[in-house]
Amino acid sequence: MLTEHGLRWPAAELPREAGRAISAAYRLSPQPGEVLDRSRRFRFRWDGRDYEGFAGDTIVSALLASGVRYFSRSFKYARPRGVLTASFLDPNCTLQVGDEPNVRAAHRRLRAGMDVSPQNAWPSLRYDARVVNSALGRFLTAGFYYKTFMKPQRLWPVYSAVLARFASGGRTQPDATHGYYDKRYAHLDVVVAGSGPAGLAAAVSAARAGARVMLVEEEYEIGGHLRWGGPADLARLAELRAEVAAEPGVEVLADSVVTGRYDDNWLAILERGRPGGGERLIKARAATLVVAAGLVERPFVFAGNDLPGVMLGTAVRRLINLHAVRPGSRAVVLTGNDEGDAAAADLRRVGVDVVRVADARRGEGISRATGRGSLRAVELTDGSRHQVDLLVTSTGWTAPTSLLNMAANRPVWDATAARFRPGSDLPDTVLATGGIVGDGSTEELAAHGEAVGREASARARGDRPAPVPPLGVHPHPALFRGPTHGFVDFSEDVSSKDILAAAAEGYDSSELVKRFTTATMGPSQGKLEVVNTVAVLGEAVGRDMAELGTTVWRPPYAPISLGALAGRIFEPVRRTPMHGWHEAHGAVPLVAGQWIRPDSYGDPHAEARAVRRAVGIIDVTPIGKLDLRGPDVPELLNLVYVNKWSKLAVGSVRYGVMCAEDGVVFDDGVTGRLGEEHYLMSTTSSGAATVEEWLENWLQTEHPDWRVHVTALTTAYASINIAGPQSRTLLSRIAEEPGGGRMALSPEAFPYMRVRGCRIAGVDDSLAWRIGFTGELSYEIHVPASYGLHVWEALLAAGEDLGATPFGVEAQRILRLEKGHLIVGQDTDGLTKAFSAGLAGLVKLDKDDFAGKPELLWESQGPIESPRLVALLPADPMLVPAEGSQIVRGSARIAGRVTSSRLSPELGRSICLAQVEADLAEPGCVVTVVLPDRRRVRATVAPQLASVDPDGSRLRG
Amino acid sequence: MIRIPCPHCGPRNSSEFRYAGEGRPRPDVRNTTPPEWRGYLYERQNAAGWVRENWYHTAGCRRFFAIERDTVSNEVRTVDR
Repeated sequence: MLTEHGLRWPAAELPREAGRAISAAYRLSPQPGEVLDRSRRFRFRWDGRDYEGFAGDTIVSALLASGVRYFSRSFKYARPRGVLTASFLDPNCTLQVGDEPNVRAAHRRLRAGMDVSPQNAWPSLRYDARVVNSALGRFLTAGFYYKTFMKPQRLWPVYSAVLARFASGGRTQPDATHGYYDKRYAHLDVVVAGSGPAGLAAAVSAARAGARVMLVEEEYEIGGHLRWGGPADLARLAELRAEVAAEPGVEVLADSVVTGRYDDNWLAILERGRPGGGERLIKARAATLVVAAGLVERPFVFAGNDLPGVMLGTAVRRLINLHAVRPGSRAVVLTGNDEGDAAAADLRRVGVDVVRVADARRGEGISRATGRGSLRAVELTDGSRHQVDLLVTSTGWTAPTSLLNMAANRPVWDATAARFRPGSDLPDTVLATGGIVGDGSTEELAAHGEAVGREASARARGDRPAPVPPLGVHPHPALFRGPTHGFVDFSEDVSSKDILAAAAEGYDSSELVKRFTTATMGPSQGKLEVVNTVAVLGEAVGRDMAELGTTVWRPPYAPISLGALAGRIFEPVRRTPMHGWHEAHGAVPLVAGQWIRPDSYGDPHAEARAVRRAVGIIDVTPIGKLDLRGPDVPELLNLVYVNKWSKLAVGSVRYGVMCAEDGVVFDDGVTGRLGEEHYLMSTTSSGAATVEEWLENWLQTEHPDWRVHVTALTTAYASINIAGPQSRTLLSRIAEEPGGGRMALSPEAFPYMRVRGCRIAGVDDSLAWRIGFTGELSYEIHVPASYGLHVWEALLAAGEDLGATPFGVEAQRILRLEKGHLIVGQDTDGLTKAFSAGLAGLVKLDKDDFAGKPELLWESQGPIESPRLVALLPADPMLVPAEGSQIVRGSARIAGRVTSSRLSPELGRSICLAQVEADLAEPGCVVTVVLPDRRRVRATVAPQLASVDPDGSRLRG
Repeated sequence: MIRIPCPHCGPRNSSEFRYAGEGRPRPDVRNTTPPEWRGYLYERQNAAGWVRENWYHTAGCRRFFAIERDTVSNEVRTVDR
């Protein structure tokens, strides 16, 4: 296969590049349109040696001026590669710059001190060990990876390690500094993507008609192809640039790309080259998008078309006119259009010996290019052979219709123009102008752009869409492949023979061939390759381009760094008013949703013991709190909880469980009645937002007649749970009645499951609840959030002699597990209905209605076969089965799982909650638990969920 | 990203909202049947074309409201309540 590419055995070792202190042998005298600032010289390093360039050079143009011709080794065969397009899309010029991998070095501007190195070369660019792949080339045909590395699967880790070596791509440094990334939001009337003559004219005319316009240009300067044109082009460019500059309504973003178009013209605009080198993602909403992306020149397929020294016409014109680089010494030009003619003229003007111009419009063509490691000779179809170091091809164009595809437009083949052009079905909010839609002189392109810009502005104002007369189309010969086979996709090393092989295997559509051969799937994403791929496929299957169609371009149009997509981290972090105290006292942080909570202060067992023996306090501020007011609150509570709420007296508190409409438990908490028409509902910390939305859903959609007002108060109160036998004494020291005077806390005055308004540590408008998750006598107090720290410190001070101890979430989990209180979402899952969670006693099926009632009713009518929540005591009291350990029947049938497990400091043994199948849920039943290390252990189902204080005397005392 | 015309706040990015679905009417719990109830729970038209659907303005007015949307083109229009 590779012999067809013109290199029988490509040299593993390349000749040394000339020079030490590198002379700029290929630098031309100043050119009229050059972008160089010759007063500023930059030194930089390439492959370990020093080079020089000018401000305005790209990395590659500076290297070319110094005689460098190799920039990479190809992906599969490690073939030496040089410049092809001299633009961002160049498949062969992806380099490592410092710790930044995958830099498009034919685009990136040179900076002083850059340390540039090749990245797809191993061990070095000059000597590449992987050239052995070339010898094995016939085994690396399309589908090779799919077929070879799939089996046996156990060898995949080995394959993976070897392939990683061979994969292209730069080095990422895990310790590299994270750049500063930001995002910007923009709201615009018109966004113009592309700044050739049509784009410039469109931006100006839209702005003149009153639109706010953003003009986005992928390259460093606006102007498109006019920039590398002759004197007339440069003069027209100067005029257009002056018009843009004079228009305050146009914001110009250079080195930036509209990289995605989504619904309603939501645009992702990547702004590169921000101060500090970072990228910024602009999320823009534009009333109208004008796509003026121009045309991309496509390579020609023939043997040796990837040899360093084979370039596109536009590459040569950019190098000469923008960067004053002489791309070679002796050249052959294959031209099928004006660009190729102009390239030949440019070459002659700067002294390159153009030995032959082969004109494809007259049927002339190329057979092959040959050379060892770089171009030496070209063979034309007329049999003539020319010793040259430069071969230039200008054989046609690809319309980069990516943004139009993203607006659901499918390109259609235009045989006259020999390229795909946009279909006619664009949405009203998207317009296209310039080369992407047709051909014309600079004036025709600008006139079309002007009309499109006016129309874009009118549509942004809301005017009825009016059609813009189309641009003409010039005939172009259909040129894809010469008489030999060569590379179709340079970045993926896919040859035209691979396409034929894929077609022979039955992959007969563009999309299938793309996936099988990976053609068009490399970094340039088909912008260079897609037309040739389809053309070769058409050749193989005997169908024409119109019938085969092209592949669909999806976002992003241009590569975008993950940092730019991520932007700054705006994930909110919630801290309680006591957070600083927790930190200062050695709290181990626990991330619980958005909240940072103290997991413990170092010794959770000691904290748990302090609660059982004396008194502890825990910051429970994240508990969800919803203030409910209105005469119909009981109706709402009856609907959203499975239990009854009609007769809740003022001052009373009830525990409630919420089930979704499918009967599955989804939240729980206590709700207290604070006044005649005033209730306070508490939810789990993680469920607060969901429950609030759920209540609103019931109130707004099912029962808009109910008079209930819901207000989220979660962060308005700081909440502290005071738990332990001494909690009454502690609270009595700092709690007063709302009007003053010691708060009556006796069991008679303030019994279990009651709520009272009070003043705590001098803080008015506080609430005290007598409830308890830990199973101890306990009070939960809510104080206005800004007094949270004050009250926390007051409690610790007042309770010092009682042994008052702060405790964290871990101690609370131990305590609640000892008490057998479930945690929704941990001891229940997405299938756990109320009966499975041991909550049967709570479900009141005699209520008219409540969420999930039909499901629970039907379940209650038959034998309940779903799993049950039980407490489990492992036979080995010191063994704590990991949460999630499976409970099995026989050898392997899963019959449940451990949902919570801890070592109980109170009992001195391990305890668990578990979900088990109903017939295993009887007290005394012995089950088998499989540990993560596959050991099997036995555990016994306990008589009740609570292992500590099952009759609740501590809690109610 | 599509824009949702909130009847209270005006057009906003859909990321401000939670999609609340087609909104099948809730059967009468007193005499519903399992097929009817499970249809309410799980079965959706999922039509290609114009549908009426509910949205909740989570990051705004916290109101539920209905719009019509063409699920093929993502074109959206307001509905009379």
